[in-house]
Amino acid sequence: MGDMPVTLKGTAEGIRLKPVAAAWDDVLRALQVALQEAEAFFRGGRVILEMGERELSKSELVTLRTILDQFDMELWAVLSDNDSTIRTARAYGLRTRLPRSAPQADPEAASAPPGANALLVERTLRSGQSLSFPGHVTLLGDINPGGEVIAGGNVVVWGKVRGVIHAGALGDESACICALELAPSQLRIAGHISRAPDDRRRKARPEIARISDDHIIAEPWT
Amino acid sequence: MAGKIITISSGKGGVGKTTTTANLGLGLAMLGERVICIDADIGLRNLDVMLGLENRIVYDIVNYIEGHCRLRQAMVRDKRFPELYLMPAAQTRDKNAISVSDMKRVAHEAAELADYVLIDSPAGIEQGFRYSVTPADLVLIVTNPEVASVRDADRVIGLLEAEGWAPAQLIINRIKPDLVRRGEMLDADTVLDLLAISLLGIVQEDPNILIASNRGQPVVLDDHSIAGQSFRNVARRLRGEDVPFEPLKSPSILQRIFGAR
Repeated sequence: MGDMPVTLKGTAEGIRLKPVAAAWDDVLRALQVALQEAEAFFRGGRVILEMGERELSKSELVTLRTILDQFDMELWAVLSDNDSTIRTARAYGLRTRLPRSAPQADPEAASAPPGANALLVERTLRSGQSLSFPGHVTLLGDINPGGEVIAGGNVVVWGKVRGVIHAGALGDESACICALELAPSQLRIAGHISRAPDDRRRKARPEIARISDDHIIAEPWT
Repeated sequence: MAGKIITISSGKGGVGKTTTTANLGLGLAMLGERVICIDADIGLRNLDVMLGLENRIVYDIVNYIEGHCRLRQAMVRDKRFPELYLMPAAQTRDKNAISVSDMKRVAHEAAELADYVLIDSPAGIEQGFRYSVTPADLVLIVTNPEVASVRDADRVIGLLEAEGWAPAQLIINRIKPDLVRRGEMLDADTVLDLLAISLLGIVQEDPNILIASNRGQPVVLDDHSIAGQSFRNVARRLRGEDVPFEPLKSPSILQRIFGAR
C-alpha cells in the first residue's frame, strides 16, 4: 500500500481520509477508485478529512464533496494544523475538531496504525450507531439492538451482541464472528444472512459463527 | 449562581416526558426551589394543561425570542407555588420558529432567575430535540419498560454521547409490578443493563396520573399516590439527596376494587 495517493481508514467516528499524493487530482482519482471498489462498505458513511499541514483550497474542498456525494457520503470534519485550511473548513460549516466526549478523543487511539488491518474499539454501540472498518474489528463492549458493526474481516466482540454484525463485508467467506453472548437480530458473513432464532431463551455462552455448507452456523466458542 | 438546566427527553413519544416535567417542576417547587419549566414542544404544547395554567398564558417563548415581550412576561406564575413558572410553547408555530442559539440564550437567561430550569423536549431526534438538549447540564431520559421505548432511549443516549452533549440519567416510567412479576414486562434491571446509564427513578403505572393531568393537578401534589411519591423522591435525588429507591408495590385490594380516587 506504500505509495497510495490517498488512504482510507474506518474508525468509530467515521472514515478517515488522508490525502498523500501532491496533486489533488491524483488524490481524487484514487479516491473514486477506492470508493467504487467497496461501494457497499463506504456508502452513506461520514468522512473525516485529515489534512495535516497541507493547505486545502475552496475549490479542492468542493471537488472532494462532489465525489463523496456520488456515494452518499458526508464530509463531516476537517482536521488540520493549517490555519487557512481550518478557516476554509469553517466557512463551509464543517467541524474542525471532533466532539470531546467521543469515546476516542485521541485520534491515534481511534484509528488503526497505518498499514494495520485490525481495529480495537472500546465502547458500546447504541441504537443507530454504526462502526465500519475494512479489516478485522475487536469490540470491547456491547452491540445494542439497532447498532451495527461492518468489517471487511473477522469481528470479535467481548460483550453482548444484540444488534447486527456483518463480517467479511468485502466478500471474504472465511470470515468469522465471535462474541461472549450472541443474541443478534441478524448476522451477515460475506453475502450470507442469518437471523436469530425466534426463541432465544438459551443460556448465554460464548459462540463463534462462520460459514459452513453455505449457511452461517454458530457453535460454542471453546 | 446560575441554576441547573435539565432537559427531559426520550426519543419516543407518549412515554411521559411532559408528565415528568410537570411533576418534577412542582416537586422541586414543593422543596422550596425556584423553578422555570420551559415547554419546548412548539406547536404541540401540553405542559400548560398538565400544570393547570392554560388559561393564564398571554405571551409564549416564541413571542419572547422574536422580541415581542420581555422574559418575565413570557413566564406564567404557578397558582400554587409563587416560585414556579411556566414558559409556554407557541401553539400556532412550529419547531422552526426556534434555533439552537435562541434556546441556549433563553435557557441561560432563565437559569439566572431560577435554581432549576426544566426543558420539556419534543419527541423525535430532529430540530426540536437538538435545541432542547443543547443548553442542558443534565438530560433526563424517560423510558417505559417496553422494547420500542428502550430502543429509542438507547438511540438518544448514543446521540448525546456522540455529540458530546450533557450526561444522561434515566427515569423508568409506567412500570407495572404485576406484569414484571409474571415476566410479561421488562424489569428495571433489564432496561438498565441495556442502557447502562445511572438510574434516577422508577415510577409505577398509576391511573391517578391521567386524571391528575386532565385536571391540571399533577400527582406529585397527592400524598396518597404511589407515582406521586416516586416523583417527590426523584426531585429530592435531583437536589443531591440520597433517597433509597422505593419498593415496587401492587395496588392494594381496596384500591383495586374502588379504582382510582
